[in-house]
Amino acid sequence: MSKLIMNRRGVLKSGAVLGAGVALPTIFTASSAAAYTNEPTGGTVTLGFNVPQTGAYADEGADELRAYMLAVKHLNGEGDGGMMNTFSSKELKGNGILGKKVEYVTGDTQTKSDAARASAQSMIQKDGAVMITGGSSSGVAIAVQGLCQEAGIIFMAGLTHSNDTTGKDKKANGFRHFFNGYMSAAALAPVLADRYGTDRKAYHLTADYTWGWTQQASIAAATEAKGWETVANVLTPLTTTDFSSYVAPVINSGADVLVLNHYGGNMINSLTSAVQFGLKDKMVNGKKFEIVVPLYSRLMAKGAGENVKGIFGSTNWHWSLQDEGSKAFVKSFGEEYGFPPSQAAHTVYCQTLLYADACERAGTFNPCGVAEALEGFKFSGLGNGDVEYRADDHQCFKDVLVVQGKENPTSEFDLLEVVEVTPRAQVEYAPDNEFFAGGSLGQCNDGSA
Amino acid sequence: MDAILLQLLNGLDKGSAYALIALGLTLIFGTLGVVNFAHGALFMIGAFVAVTLSKLMEISKVVIDPTKVDFLGNPAKIKTPYVTEWFGSFGDWMIDYTIPIAVLLSIPIMILIGVIMERGLIRLFYNRPHADQILVTFGLAIVLQEIIKIFFGSEAISVSVPAAFAGPVDVGAFLGLDFSIFYPAWRLVYIAFSIVVLGAVFAFLRFTTFGMVVRAGMADRETVGLLGININKRFTIMFGVAAAVAGLAGAMYAGVNKPVFHMGMDFLVLSFVVVVVGGMGSLPGAVAAGFLLGILEALASMPLIKDAIASIGLPSIDQIIIYLVAVIVLLVRPRGLMGKAGVMED
Amino acid sequence: MKDRLTLLLFAAVVLAAPLLFAPTGAAYPDLLQRFAIYGIFAIGFNILFGLTGYLSFGHAAFLGVGSYAAMWMFKLLTMNIIPALLLSVIVAGLFSLLIGYVSLRRSGIYFSILTLAFAQMSYNLAYSVLTPLTNGETGLQLRLDDPRILDGASEAGTLPSTNLFGFDMKEVFWNPNILGYDLQFNWGYYVCAVLLILSFWISIRIFRSPFGLMLRAIKTNQTRLNYTGVNSRPYTLAAFVISGMFAGLAGGLLATMDPLAGAERMQWTVGGEVVLMVVLGGSGTLIGPVLGAVFIRYFNSVLSQINEQTLHGWFSFGPDWLTNGLVVIVEPFVGKGWELTLGALFMIVVIFLPGGLVDGARRIGRTLTGANRRAAKAEAA
Repeated sequence: MSKLIMNRRGVLKSGAVLGAGVALPTIFTASSAAAYTNEPTGGTVTLGFNVPQTGAYADEGADELRAYMLAVKHLNGEGDGGMMNTFSSKELKGNGILGKKVEYVTGDTQTKSDAARASAQSMIQKDGAVMITGGSSSGVAIAVQGLCQEAGIIFMAGLTHSNDTTGKDKKANGFRHFFNGYMSAAALAPVLADRYGTDRKAYHLTADYTWGWTQQASIAAATEAKGWETVANVLTPLTTTDFSSYVAPVINSGADVLVLNHYGGNMINSLTSAVQFGLKDKMVNGKKFEIVVPLYSRLMAKGAGENVKGIFGSTNWHWSLQDEGSKAFVKSFGEEYGFPPSQAAHTVYCQTLLYADACERAGTFNPCGVAEALEGFKFSGLGNGDVEYRADDHQCFKDVLVVQGKENPTSEFDLLEVVEVTPRAQVEYAPDNEFFAGGSLGQCNDGSA
Repeated sequence: MDAILLQLLNGLDKGSAYALIALGLTLIFGTLGVVNFAHGALFMIGAFVAVTLSKLMEISKVVIDPTKVDFLGNPAKIKTPYVTEWFGSFGDWMIDYTIPIAVLLSIPIMILIGVIMERGLIRLFYNRPHADQILVTFGLAIVLQEIIKIFFGSEAISVSVPAAFAGPVDVGAFLGLDFSIFYPAWRLVYIAFSIVVLGAVFAFLRFTTFGMVVRAGMADRETVGLLGININKRFTIMFGVAAAVAGLAGAMYAGVNKPVFHMGMDFLVLSFVVVVVGGMGSLPGAVAAGFLLGILEALASMPLIKDAIASIGLPSIDQIIIYLVAVIVLLVRPRGLMGKAGVMED
Repeated sequence: MKDRLTLLLFAAVVLAAPLLFAPTGAAYPDLLQRFAIYGIFAIGFNILFGLTGYLSFGHAAFLGVGSYAAMWMFKLLTMNIIPALLLSVIVAGLFSLLIGYVSLRRSGIYFSILTLAFAQMSYNLAYSVLTPLTNGETGLQLRLDDPRILDGASEAGTLPSTNLFGFDMKEVFWNPNILGYDLQFNWGYYVCAVLLILSFWISIRIFRSPFGLMLRAIKTNQTRLNYTGVNSRPYTLAAFVISGMFAGLAGGLLATMDPLAGAERMQWTVGGEVVLMVVLGGSGTLIGPVLGAVFIRYFNSVLSQINEQTLHGWFSFGPDWLTNGLVVIVEPFVGKGWELTLGALFMIVVIFLPGGLVDGARRIGRTLTGANRRAAKAEAA
């Protein structure tokens, strides 16, 4: 053998010669029959839903799981079909995917990359899943995306907002529907400049890890372009539970805007501290002090309670949107579970439909065929207007919502109000943008090597 | 100057929580000789007493209002809390003062939980190695936090503080300084509250016969036993008291930060470090170390200090300051700041 | 002689694991590898905790350091696993020498807290400020543009796999169908298996050596030992470093089987997990730690993957109301509730079976054979 590293077929061949004497002739049929990893051979196809079920993001994971189960129902022709009816592509017929009934397995990522990969491995190796999807943090999404690339499986990312997922850590087998830090910043900055003026001094508190850094860099660049000045950027340890000692110095720093580059529990706690210190009612430099939270989610807004009122942020989707797709999804989800879906639920539902549709259009489950069908795919009717899966980095480009905490919520779900739908053109960027440079998709891998 | 004063207040505030939890931990260790890894969970349960109470207060009478619609287009439901329905403005006052009421409620509830825990589980571990005690209470901590998660979910839950204490107040004016220092009112209440609780526990141990016997038992359990005093029963009660202190701290803390199921674990490790720095079994040590570490942590997170440290090329130390101090103290003064000589020291 | 038999038996079971575990649904490469890797981790931890009684909460740090060391070898030097594993053992050994030297100046709960503090510091630093070394939240992964100076260029656009002189760790080299089970024999698992057997052998040697005896003496009564003029610290330090090296090897293997090293591997809860494994299996016994590791990994992977659909499948035998009732009762304990079950189970073991599963098995064996007298003599194994 010329190369030291044997590939699968090479070993199978040499193994067959060696093993001919010791093993039954039928022994190799199981693996050599498959053209790609986990080719579905029976009447069903298995998808792997890998979401956080324990740990700090368990509620988000639970909502994702609900949406996945709803999507499976719709794909198999049960229920009212949800967004399948409004989706611009009409390939899905409610008879499963490529005529095969959709089944699923679930796992717990624990929001830890180790656990997430172990769980994904078991779906691939034990359950024969042909696609993995899910995740509620960027670290996990990037880790699982890497694994799927190596295993020859398609990965449809769930809630992951870091630039890196489709930036320096992008992979040929990975696709992201959710938006990212850069898009948040690009959508927010004009609205902020419009509402708060262009002469502002911003103080940033930033979670001290990859997502926090990319989010902070994006929003600082975007607001500075509008004339804002960044007074300070203070990194806060991830494990911080009480942000009082980080918020207190803001008061006399001369800044008149506080940007909280935090997510989840961090965001709830830092916002709580900021409100306790009276920042929301303060006057600095003759202007009203403002707080901005670049990435919002309804579940977080619920945890932060009263504190979110009037505060700007961005989201990928919100249930109060009035387009046909959103209405269909909210109706179908609401009737099934009794409350409106979160943005995490929306993005994973879309991802499942998009995957199924790509399989139909490609006529195969082969990851390379599916990837080709997804690349450059343009669609609409899934609640985000006209959307495109860009071929260069597998990022979905779509309108971004700028939202504001509602002053007078009418229900416990009615916490955010969409103030502007920033059109896609405004948040688009070149694939070699400085925030995304440094990675490459590599070759699509279907596991046959 | 005002920046440093602010951080001192923050330090006292952080330190209050550490001190209250650490006090209970060291009380349990000093009396029963048990290392209780479930103590953080007791703090968490205290906070969820407040959450539960606020949920109960929110139970509402539902009237369907056909003029409005909800998100699915069905007629909207208008909710009025029953307490308001029944008690009128007094009901509203009760809702506003959920946390203080929860604090009062948590005393009997936590003592009960503590006594059940001691009788049902900890009792079996008096004569087992510390490692076993750590392990079983660690298991208990996981179980308790998972049970809370089943009922309340994994997201933080908002409990509002009484409206009168919601915003900041000017501490500078209060202290007669010529500049103003705005500090959240509820956090000041929290500091004052914990000083009162700490004082009460010390007074209880110092000036009552019960406390005297307990202290004697901590010093020499055998002799006290030989004098015909049932020290075990008193120690059980002390376990209940320690649980109540943790619970009180938790219930009050619900107004400082939003309660979430894993908050106990977040505090557990830190408060153990506090106990060890203060000296295992030393009550004043736990309190002093709690405030000391709280203040150090607050100071280390000042941008000024972070910048200074970054400028000499070191990583920011606010991440690790508490652990660093613990390591140094343990190496220089193994018994901790105020630990008795010879207690688990070598 | 008895030890040799134990070792042979152990080796036979480990080597046949892909077949033996087939009926349990655990016989897929990733989980088997994790069984073996955490087995090694637990065996090492047992040498410290089981023999000397020093309870460390900081061994996760060595696991993490081992993983990072191995990943850097894969990135810089070669995808061959030998240098990576060697470096991970060496680095973890040095790191544990440093931490052990400091922590072992204290004993009891103080020692535990010191190790815990070190582990948390390592985790916090690895997660954020050491990001250039550890890649922080995302974890260290292979990249297309890594130098890998010994390997030469890899196929365009694909990441190379870890290998042992050409044997690909991911490769399933034999995929037979026996008794209706689709078996997967994988090179990676056999690398782990051989190292596990080797670790087990080393552990037997240490248990039976004068050094092992000295460690047990420390656990029994350190004060008395010190009075007899023995300085126990070099022995405890040696035990600490050995267990740290085992942890480093386990960490290196984790990165070898699945090229990723994340900071959360260093969190103290991971260090707590290995304590659970050893105690659950039976601390101070030879086989206990491995049993505990297998048990917890299996439990974790199986329980967390059960969902409503699975439960409905299981309980479909009865009428609808019965099925739904059973699902409602069982659901809180599986899937998202697996940690609850694990915590409860763990409490039960610590309360009722202080000797762990091995102790339980021994008691059952004793009851069955009625051979109480003989059993009293049959120590260890």
